[in-house]
Amino acid sequence: MAKRFVTIWFRYLRTDWFARRQPSLKDQAFVLATPEHGRMIISAANKLAEQQGIFTGMAVADARALAPALEVLDDQPGLSKKLLTAIAEWCIRFTPVAAVDLPDGLILDATGCAHLWGGEKKYLAEIYLRLKEFGYQVRLSVADTIGAAWAVVRFGTGSTIIENAAQKNALLFLPAQALRIDPLVSERLEKLGLNKIGDFIDLPRKSLRRRFGQELLLRISQALGETEEWLLPVQPIVAYQERLPCIEPIMTAKGIEIALERLLDALCKRLEKEGKGLRSLVFKGYRSDGKTVDISIGTNRPSSNRLHLFKLLAEKIDKLEPAPGIELFSLDALKVEDAIAAQENIWETEGGINDQQVAELLDRIGSKFGAEHIHRYQPAAHYWPERSFTLAPDLSATAATTWKQGRPRPVKMLLRPEAIEVTAPIPDYPPMLFRYKGQIHKIKKADGPERIEQEWWLQDGEHRDYYSVEDEAGCRYWLFRAGHYEPSGNTQWFLHGFFA
Amino acid sequence: MESTKADIVAALQKQILSLQGFKTSARNKRLDDLLRPIKNAFPNAVFPLAAMHEFISSCPEDTAATSGFISALVSALMQEKGTAVWINAAGKIFPPALQSFGIAAERIIFINLKKEKQILWVMEEALKCKRLAAVIAELPELDFTASRRLQLAVEQSQVPGFILRCQPKSINTTACVSRWQIKSLSSELADGMPGLGFPRWNIDLLKIRNGKPGSWQVEFAAGRFRHINKFPAIEIAQQKQAV
Repeated sequence: MAKRFVTIWFRYLRTDWFARRQPSLKDQAFVLATPEHGRMIISAANKLAEQQGIFTGMAVADARALAPALEVLDDQPGLSKKLLTAIAEWCIRFTPVAAVDLPDGLILDATGCAHLWGGEKKYLAEIYLRLKEFGYQVRLSVADTIGAAWAVVRFGTGSTIIENAAQKNALLFLPAQALRIDPLVSERLEKLGLNKIGDFIDLPRKSLRRRFGQELLLRISQALGETEEWLLPVQPIVAYQERLPCIEPIMTAKGIEIALERLLDALCKRLEKEGKGLRSLVFKGYRSDGKTVDISIGTNRPSSNRLHLFKLLAEKIDKLEPAPGIELFSLDALKVEDAIAAQENIWETEGGINDQQVAELLDRIGSKFGAEHIHRYQPAAHYWPERSFTLAPDLSATAATTWKQGRPRPVKMLLRPEAIEVTAPIPDYPPMLFRYKGQIHKIKKADGPERIEQEWWLQDGEHRDYYSVEDEAGCRYWLFRAGHYEPSGNTQWFLHGFFA
Repeated sequence: MESTKADIVAALQKQILSLQGFKTSARNKRLDDLLRPIKNAFPNAVFPLAAMHEFISSCPEDTAATSGFISALVSALMQEKGTAVWINAAGKIFPPALQSFGIAAERIIFINLKKEKQILWVMEEALKCKRLAAVIAELPELDFTASRRLQLAVEQSQVPGFILRCQPKSINTTACVSRWQIKSLSSELADGMPGLGFPRWNIDLLKIRNGKPGSWQVEFAAGRFRHINKFPAIEIAQQKQAV
């Protein structure tokens, strides 16, 4: 398919923006100025000022002589780039590939996009109208190559829609500088009487290169489509993306659901065909007031199950604020992985932790309440009880070590050891009784001590001597003494857990 | 004649039970082994799998004992490669300790939520997932409606659900099939050796639908329950009789 590029030329980009912010400036001649070598030089002039003979590059003093009522505002450095980037991002509703063309233009790759608006004429008209609503005066053109569209939009006089493969004819009567070449080169061309592109485009390339350099040849071949030209899109292109423009802005939850279903259908079909599954998904709505709203989900395992993904996203649809209406939906699979073809079981069995249904259950819980509520623990190579297990990073992770066996560990653990008062007969003996929460427990049986040393490379502090004890009622506790026994009676004892 | 009549009644009873959701088809040998000492309490002498079980505990010590009992059950249910969901236990259950009940803690998914409504939602969703071995939730209060919803979900999926109620405000009527209370008992080592023995529990089965409630003193050792041997001679005699 032939490529089609739209170029947008913002004739008065910065002055339009100032006029948009201060509506009083709309009917007034004003210029933007920057200091240069101690003088104020005009860097942009609006249409009314230009009609009075004021142009960019003039000194402000000279302009004041021409138009005493001229309003002069300070220019902001870097403003053009900021504005163009913002507008390019906004233009993503018209095409996924929008690029900034400094200092005053945008380039959109409209290949395969225009038919969604009912043809290129309507497509351009829509962009024009929408930008006009924002207060920008623009000219638009569409052609097979960026070069041709760029030339026509700035120098062309007739129709700005250049048909397929007609770019050469369109360029013939345009001046040489329409080719985006160095002003010195175009000046030299004019000196030789080659005023129009048509005068030299058919000259032998060899002699053109000898006299005017390689750049001219490159620009000619780019404009004619012989050499491909690359764009740098403002937003990276997502490999797995589906888009759905709407004729009327969508405002209802039901409408959003239908849009989501269609997009998911298309995306999942593609993923299945390629044997892939997605891990994270963003559903975006481009609103007619220029804002974008989005919801995103993640899954534990690569999934291309449209029902499951729909369920996950449907939980969050109420978080999408359509406000004045959403005119374009897009569904981007940000993370796509190879899906191991799940072997279908003829009979239902417990599939363990790697089961697809379990993963889907956890996705649902995670998307409803947040994945931070779901934990899975793995053994860690530490003896210190608090560090003897860690959170598993994901469902399929396997630990490097195994759970330690042979040492008694309480099934119920206090989050933080709680201080208790004990009566211990002699050093290194288990206590005779301890008081916990005001209640005295007399110890009948005890095991220990099990000394667990601090890991000095991680944390400072005393070692712990753990005792497993049983009171009269048969309840079993895990107690420890922090550090060595001290004759002065300052020994600290703690309760750390309850045995089953 | 007498015996045939009894047989017919027994057969009919079994039929009724299976209609009520007490299916005996999927026998789990490990679970049968584990629960042998108390199996006569259950309908058809099989632990009801498609059922909600409720556990009451009144203090942290009892909660630990109950957690141990549930862990033993879940371990038998999970067998070699199953997985279970444990709601609201993270930070309370000490994962390394589950090893002593035969559970590899990495196969348990802990879900930590605060609100009762969220816990019930997660529990119901999890119970609907047939690939789980069991779903356990720690939740002090459970009203009748919620318990019925859970019981209905269980009957669909045949995944047993366990509710551990720590210090409930009131012990109300629920649709759970059974109600248990587990308390610690003093452990004993053979020949009066010093130190702690295997955990011993007093199991009170307060309620069981179509079964016989009862109370047992058991010791949990080597992955199974054993009656506490107060009078070894009697038990040996019983065993001989059984053989």
